[in-house]
Amino acid sequence: MRIALALLLLPGALWAQSAPVTYDRLLHAAAEPQNWLTYSGNYNSQRYSTLAQIDRQNVNSLELKWVFQIESLQKLETSPLVVNGVMYLTQPPNDVIALDAYSGRAFWVYQYRPSPGYKVCCGAVNRGLAILGDTLYMGTVDAHLLAIDAKSGKPLWNVTVADYRASYAITIAPLIIKDKVIIGVAGGEFGVRGFVAAYDAKSGREVWRFNTIPSEGQKGIETWDQDSWKHGGGPVWVTGSYDPELNLSYWGVGNPGPDWGPEQRAGDNLYTDSVVALDPDNGELKWYFQFTPHDSSDFDSVQVPVLVDADWNGRPRKLMAFANRNGFFYTLDRTNGEFLSGRAFVKLNWASGLDPNGRPIETPQPAGEPTFPGNQGGTNWYSPSYSPRTHMFYVSAWENYSSILVFAPAEYRAGQSFTGGRAIPPLEGATSPSVRGPINTSTEIGSGAVVALDLTGKQRWKFDMTAVDDAGIMTTASDLLFTGGREGYFFALDARDGKMLWKTPVGGAVLAAPITYELKGRQYVAIAAGHAVFVYGLKH
Amino acid sequence: MYCLALLTTVSVVHAADEHLGTYSEVDIERGARVFYSTCVVCHGPNGDSIPQVNLRSNHFNRAATDEELIRVITGGIAGTGMPANNLEAPDQTAIVAFIRNMDARLSDAATAGDPARGKLIFEGKGGCLKCHRVNGVGGHTAPDLSEIGLARTAQQLIQKLHAPASMILPANRSVRAVTRDGTVITGRRLNEDTWSVQLIDSNENLVGLKKADLKSYTVLDTTPMPAYQGILSDAEIGDVVGYMLSLKGFN
Repeated sequence: MRIALALLLLPGALWAQSAPVTYDRLLHAAAEPQNWLTYSGNYNSQRYSTLAQIDRQNVNSLELKWVFQIESLQKLETSPLVVNGVMYLTQPPNDVIALDAYSGRAFWVYQYRPSPGYKVCCGAVNRGLAILGDTLYMGTVDAHLLAIDAKSGKPLWNVTVADYRASYAITIAPLIIKDKVIIGVAGGEFGVRGFVAAYDAKSGREVWRFNTIPSEGQKGIETWDQDSWKHGGGPVWVTGSYDPELNLSYWGVGNPGPDWGPEQRAGDNLYTDSVVALDPDNGELKWYFQFTPHDSSDFDSVQVPVLVDADWNGRPRKLMAFANRNGFFYTLDRTNGEFLSGRAFVKLNWASGLDPNGRPIETPQPAGEPTFPGNQGGTNWYSPSYSPRTHMFYVSAWENYSSILVFAPAEYRAGQSFTGGRAIPPLEGATSPSVRGPINTSTEIGSGAVVALDLTGKQRWKFDMTAVDDAGIMTTASDLLFTGGREGYFFALDARDGKMLWKTPVGGAVLAAPITYELKGRQYVAIAAGHAVFVYGLKH
Repeated sequence: MYCLALLTTVSVVHAADEHLGTYSEVDIERGARVFYSTCVVCHGPNGDSIPQVNLRSNHFNRAATDEELIRVITGGIAGTGMPANNLEAPDQTAIVAFIRNMDARLSDAATAGDPARGKLIFEGKGGCLKCHRVNGVGGHTAPDLSEIGLARTAQQLIQKLHAPASMILPANRSVRAVTRDGTVITGRRLNEDTWSVQLIDSNENLVGLKKADLKSYTVLDTTPMPAYQGILSDAEIGDVVGYMLSLKGFN
């Protein structure tokens, strides 16, 4: 009905381009696979596309269509959006660029100047944008949230989310739910008190804020020793997911602070290293599941919660699949947070397993001995993917990877590092292989893999790489899996069995997740790698 | 060794000469942005808020050359309120370009009319928002004017209102494209290369076109903007210009 009306009003093939990205379109993003409308492509965060023009037979004839070079030497972690032939991406720290998705040429560039003195633990990175209507939304390294006119690249409003002088920062791509822009903050290494906050998309007014660390008088405060909650961490720096039927949004929460100073925060330290289910209308906590109580390994649970509807023991259930930094893969009931199963997907020794409630049975290692996985985790913030065709969950994993944990107390000083001790490699001088690094020490430091799991966490196949791997994964309805790695390749595997089908050098580490889109009947795949965005399509 | 030093000196002098009095409009505009977002806090909109310091005068207590100005701006002045400013090299050049032209800019602006009256005309009788946009309100088919006060002088704006087609930036020219199936697309050009063109069309869509798909492609030397002489009185045009000069962007 709506389509027919639009056709009547507008000339020829341009009708689709006139439609702003309404909330209704976000809800039904899967129905328009030619576009990529949210960070993970869809509210269920499966990073799966129904586009299938590029398939297992022709993937070998993919060719480079265009490259857009980034004017920044910062790590490039952006996951672009594509709307009606326009690609929107961020360039570190916080420039926004609108590109012609066909040619890679810019329509406009918006340069944001963050306040000098901002601090981000691990690079002034940005993971992407959100769009609603004709407005783009971006969080900044100095902890502001901006609304930007998608047609002109001009800012519409700019609000302060948190104080950058206390080392709050924003690196996450926002998530739009209804008329709100939802965002979280980074700063888990600086003693912040993390939160998820919602802003009115029109005005930028804050509507609600959920603190990931409870304060006095609130439920959960008993899991913090004395006033350790005040600088308890719990940042939220990777985009969550949303189930419109349940009206629940899901957010992974980061590590407690000090990272390696567990003695001064006795207790489970809720809601660090948890997934929280929030009512997106008011920020009310509906349920939580804590993966790593009283963490001493920096096991942020900021992985993307992947929502899957599937049969579980013979009956259809609403599931959440969660490959955690702590090395376990979990399946939860996302209606209530019930633990259904958990299984290690990499070598680990910090726990011997999970009890019937999913709580780890901890096996702390003696001082000076390596803990598996190491502090970067069995995986980390890298986007996983789930294919409803293969029923497999795909994740970038760090295999045989460990750190020696050194604990120490920390004293809070606003804006300063608040990590306590540290995590050191098990071998002096061991470095991970990289595009430039000539020495391959991977056997000592661990190695990368794309791991395919079923929903119980059983491994179905594994694709081994020499270097550990920070790349996101995307799958398609033609059973292709696209990903990359630190070694500087972008490649496609057969999602069914992990067989290598196509690879191409990109000359820099892939630290971002692929997306796909369609333009004038042709499918394209885009990936940020090194300091550029590369777009591939079939030869024609 | 001696020769090398001499060569270096010569090249520095040459670079300074190049800038003397010939700062580019792009640099002046960029510098205005830096000034009105940072320096304005202490120095004020007229550059004279600090006693004994009048940036408009083009005479500085501790700097004469552009290089010395940059040194003061980036290094700050110990024992005073002047902080060190961490500016990228292009911003350093730009801020100097703006300060050197500040007096001319402000004197020129003084010839314009009343911004409050101008705003009413701009949004009402003038119909400017039908195509232009200011701070999130208005159309997209013509350039966004939220920062036009940083980019243009009063004289330039008056000329533009009298003869709109006379001063169109190459990136803002109207184009007309006809696709192979006969669809006519008109719009404002945003970018172009040998094989493709990027524009915002008359329906406010960002559109990328492959030239090979086009039957014809024309960059027009006309503009949909009317000449305002006859539509507005000279006094009204002055007021509109006063309003436009007050548009210094976001924040």
